[in-house]
Amino acid sequence: MRKILIAAAAVMLTAGASLFSASAADKLKVGFIYLGPIGDLGWTYQHELARQALVKEFGDKIETTYLENVSEGPDSERSIEQLVRAGNKLIFTTSFGYMEPTLKVAKKYPNVHFEHATGYKRDKNMSTYSGRFYEGRYIQGIIAAKMSKSGVLGYIGSFPIPEVISGINATILGAQTINPNIKVKIIWANSWFDPGKEADAAKALLDQGADVIMQHTDSPAAMQIASERGKLAFGQDSEMIKFGPKAQLTSIMDNWAPYYIDRVKAELDGKWASEDTWGGLKSKLVVMAPYTNMPDDVKKLAEDTQAAITDGKLFPFKCPILGQDGKEVECKGGDHLADGQVLGMNFYVKGIDDKIPGK
Amino acid sequence: MELAEAIILSVLAASTPLLIAATGELVTERSGVLNLGVEGMMIVGAACGFGGAWLTGSTIIGALCGIFAGTLLSLAFAAMTLGLAVNQVATGLALTILGIGLSGLIGAGFVGERITPAPHLHIPFVTDIPLVGRILFGEDGFVYLSLALVIAVWLFLYRTRAGLVLRACGDNHISAHALGYPVLRIRMFAVMFGGACAGLAGAYLPLAYTPFFIPGMTAGRGWIALALVVFSSWRPGRLVIGAYLFGAVTILQLHAQGAGLGIPSQFMSALPYLATVIVLVLISRARTGGSTAPAALGTVFVPDR
Repeated sequence: MRKILIAAAAVMLTAGASLFSASAADKLKVGFIYLGPIGDLGWTYQHELARQALVKEFGDKIETTYLENVSEGPDSERSIEQLVRAGNKLIFTTSFGYMEPTLKVAKKYPNVHFEHATGYKRDKNMSTYSGRFYEGRYIQGIIAAKMSKSGVLGYIGSFPIPEVISGINATILGAQTINPNIKVKIIWANSWFDPGKEADAAKALLDQGADVIMQHTDSPAAMQIASERGKLAFGQDSEMIKFGPKAQLTSIMDNWAPYYIDRVKAELDGKWASEDTWGGLKSKLVVMAPYTNMPDDVKKLAEDTQAAITDGKLFPFKCPILGQDGKEVECKGGDHLADGQVLGMNFYVKGIDDKIPGK
Repeated sequence: MELAEAIILSVLAASTPLLIAATGELVTERSGVLNLGVEGMMIVGAACGFGGAWLTGSTIIGALCGIFAGTLLSLAFAAMTLGLAVNQVATGLALTILGIGLSGLIGAGFVGERITPAPHLHIPFVTDIPLVGRILFGEDGFVYLSLALVIAVWLFLYRTRAGLVLRACGDNHISAHALGYPVLRIRMFAVMFGGACAGLAGAYLPLAYTPFFIPGMTAGRGWIALALVVFSSWRPGRLVIGAYLFGAVTILQLHAQGAGLGIPSQFMSALPYLATVIVLVLISRARTGGSTAPAALGTVFVPDR
């Protein structure tokens, strides 16, 4: 009996090994590090959709692996290295907090290519990519100001990093074009994903008089609370209309698939190079969900704004931009703020009656 | 005043899952078993609870599914730690990891689905009394159930013979065994009760709190429940105070942020934990009552046959 078992094991091992080498030789291995579970219906879910699009596009030319629920920070280094050791040649690390770990692993393995989402540090084998989500936020600000009766918007933030702060600023700048006295209440969840806390934050904002909720956290909890209370809200990352059929105004959707397909194609052709990609409405990396639950004139205004931004006629961070103290912010990009200023944004614009935590 | 009412309503909802899970764990620990798998049992309870409610449309069946799932997982824990005398800390941690994975698997089929949240009590006129009406007579069933559960556990532990025996197992299993009590069987029931409560607490999240299921939605509440048991110095009465204090600080810090008080949000988010630590220090310094951890907590018992 024992001999049979050993023989069987040996057969399986060799079979497995040959399978492995065959696939390793022909296929490009592409790895992904995900922040949340693939079923979060938000940030990670959108990356997973893009991965599935890759599989569909390239079929058996590539082999993809993903690790989900990888916490940000130094710990993620092990997970990234694990993907390298498993033979992945192109690795997407899909959250801001993986920046330093990705850089560290990239320096260690110069022959592996890395793609880091939403960061700003690059290397010759490490690209960065992100979406100009603030373009969508500007449109949301306009819609919110039009739809709000109380003139108070509720904003649920995750962490006070530039991406989130530029989102808040873009929202307010958009809203001010409709109502110069618009107010925004900001609550930081200090988490990307905690449905219970996000729901509590939404309740607190509504209880304090806000009547339109926007969020920069990943679950549909806030949308669901707004729906329950008969108030309005914007989705985040993905289509959330199911959780607020009468509440969702629109949603900024991350559409990573075209970018991922581009990069994998470049890798397959041997043309991959380190780049910094920042796509917005124009490159369709940022897509707006249908404009719903609003009158036709608001919808038209939203569509016109979207078209203007897409055509490059309108810049959400059009100069002059005033800081909270009323002083004009230096304008490094000609008639609008330079990309670097938006990517590193660490100030609130005039009209936000709050302080950035820890500043 | 309306704001105060709204805050209290949110606090009760936020505290209830913590209270239910902690009550179960308190009984488990009082029998001498440390089950660190509360988070794992909660999340599986959440997945099964949602699944049950989604398939049948009934909150009660959902809650029962959650209880059943939690109990089942705790039985696996009991088999390992009581039957095979495996280290309780390691098994508990493994149970959490297993639970998180298992819940994702169970829940994969209904991520993105939604259900009607648990109904709230409504007694004509009584519930409509300004301010207190909704707080006292307008909650969902889980809130009342959690309080009834604590009272029942208190009565059981301190007013029944069975409760005394259970506490004896937790304080000195050798003596309890020598007196002829079936220590392992008693501990098994205590572990099962803990599992049932954790499952119910987990089910509360998708059934009443945020009526959808997402993997990882317990977001560490199981660990807080464990801390609350220590905070309460293993007494049900203090558990209620601890759970509501924790819930209150959690909600109040959100309101303070919304009001723009200008206190760093990172500090505010840490407040519930800070408050817990401070109260813990005060309690241990006061040394009144003298009740600390059950003496045999976490130790393995192998009866000599």
